Amino acid sequence: MSKYHADQRGRYGKFGGAYIPEMLQPNIDDLNERYLPIINSQAFQDEYKSLLKDYVGRPSPLYYAKRLSEKYHTNVYLKREDLNHTGAHKINNAIGQILIAKKMGKNRIIAETGAGQHGVATATACALMGMQCVVYMGEVDIQRQAPNVARMKMLGAEVRPALSGSKTLKDATNEALRDWICNPTDTFYLIGSVVGPHPYPDMVARLQAVISHEIREQMLEKTGTPNPDYVIACVGGGSNAAGTFYHFLDEEGVRLVAVEAAGMGVDSGETAATIALGDVGIIHGSKTYLIQDEDGQIVEPYSISAGLDYPGIGPQHAHLKDTGRAIFLSATDQDALDAALELTRLEGIIPALESAHALSALRKMTFQPSDKVVITVSGRGDKDMETYMKRFQL
Amino acid sequence: MTNRIQQLFQQKKDILSVYFTAGYPTLNDTVRILQALEKSGVDLVEIGMPFSDPLADGPTIQASSLVALNNGMTIKVLFEQLVHIRKSVTIPLVLMGYVNPVHKYGIEAFIAKCAEVGVDGVIIPDLPFNEYLDDYKPTFDGAGVANINLITPQTPESRIRLIDENTNSFIYMVSSAAVTGAKKGLAPEQIAYFERINAMKLKNPTLIGFGISDRESFLQTCKHASGAIVGSAFVKMIGESPNLESDIETFVNNIKRG
Repeated sequence: MSKYHADQRGRYGKFGGAYIPEMLQPNIDDLNERYLPIINSQAFQDEYKSLLKDYVGRPSPLYYAKRLSEKYHTNVYLKREDLNHTGAHKINNAIGQILIAKKMGKNRIIAETGAGQHGVATATACALMGMQCVVYMGEVDIQRQAPNVARMKMLGAEVRPALSGSKTLKDATNEALRDWICNPTDTFYLIGSVVGPHPYPDMVARLQAVISHEIREQMLEKTGTPNPDYVIACVGGGSNAAGTFYHFLDEEGVRLVAVEAAGMGVDSGETAATIALGDVGIIHGSKTYLIQDEDGQIVEPYSISAGLDYPGIGPQHAHLKDTGRAIFLSATDQDALDAALELTRLEGIIPALESAHALSALRKMTFQPSDKVVITVSGRGDKDMETYMKRFQL
Repeated sequence: MTNRIQQLFQQKKDILSVYFTAGYPTLNDTVRILQALEKSGVDLVEIGMPFSDPLADGPTIQASSLVALNNGMTIKVLFEQLVHIRKSVTIPLVLMGYVNPVHKYGIEAFIAKCAEVGVDGVIIPDLPFNEYLDDYKPTFDGAGVANINLITPQTPESRIRLIDENTNSFIYMVSSAAVTGAKKGLAPEQIAYFERINAMKLKNPTLIGFGISDRESFLQTCKHASGAIVGSAFVKMIGESPNLESDIETFVNNIKRG
């Protein structure tokens, strides 16, 4: 493993680890012992690949965006995770983890969700496998994301409101961890991003790595070389970015770009730009950059995009920041809205607000006409239509 | 050197330990509550340092933490409140809280401050034991501050042995797979777990916590350990109390003497 991956203690440089109460230690130890043998087994790989192909609809296309390329005088390729079943990259991870849960003999799945995309992906995978599913969601998010709540319920999941703290994603994560403490033997916690205690950040990155694996094959086919000059993804917790970067981490000629959500602006106090604010601490079991006050209390983040609205960031991304391997940009709500409308009008693709943050990098960076720039469109914009209707007066 | 925690366990059994959240119900109640607890005969106190995201705690302690934070409680404020505590309180005192605020304060600085004001031990549930051994044990030992660890019904024997070998105070036995403030009463499998731990003949004494709320559950657990810890039930009581001193005395009397 390279210096950009987790070491045996689950460390990425000084980040990562497993800061969990003793009550969770046996669960984490169990998962830690079993996740790699399971993922590397032929039986898992056969079933996972077959489901990704026939159920999720992979490989997702790598689309040469001609009009966008003309506008920015470069070559823009879009990795179309928005075309996956359930509308985002989240399903890659949910399918993978549900297979791991099954192999570990667990029959009850719990998950946290913010906007509801990971909750829908988890509920979908549970319906597919006939598993019991409980999704924790902040009470505030339940009201903001009614269509996704209805989807989860239709899929047979129980949606439990997180009533503590700010009643959003971080509180839903706390509630899911409390559930796991209380149900240590039959329950599998299906985390939605590259966050949480080791081995979750590594496990989720491996399950999303299919994104960069396909990009390399598709670039080779389209351009004769597997490596683009840039790969760009949005980052909240950072799972689609981790998957987009995975097979390029040791290809130092490929520049990795992550775009955080600045909300109303990095210094506005209404932001989710974790890296830009740059304070190290421990959240949900992992040492990483996070948004906290001077006494170490976690500060509630803000972004127009519910999927990027998280006060921490995956520990691998924190390490990529410190080593200089990845470039971190931030995009405001307005930057994202502008980029979303531009993609829609130039290419006929309505992106999720999260993905629109990644697209805004086209305006923030300068590219050469010969550059090959891959941007991951992590999800589709259906779930954000209410926001688009309001902001674009549709 | 024998510290206050070791002395207590050498001298007494049926130890009653009480947990409360610092800065709750109002910011400056901390010292008052400590004095009332000692006066009413409590043997050891765990002072909770409130955190925005207390993931091992149930609704009662979550709510008290939020109130305490809104009252302005921080680690700095808590140490200011405790600066003269050893002039009026002699029982062992333990600070309990989550790792992030302690990390932000600085773990070394935090331990030094504990020793300075007379705090005998700390419980940081989400500071991994291996990390404590690798990085922080000399700091704790040098300052004479005990690091107290939790074990649960799921903790493997080898890990319990490792914790016991590296502990010099007591071991906190979590009574069941639960967050704080759980159901009342002890199930047969919990008794079996307590007995399994007793049969291990650990060098450290144990206190049982989580789900201990009244005289009945206190007496039951005292049969299987050196004593027990009452948290959520006490926090709930002080949140509703019109007269802290007399209500604390009544609460402790009811548990210790019935």
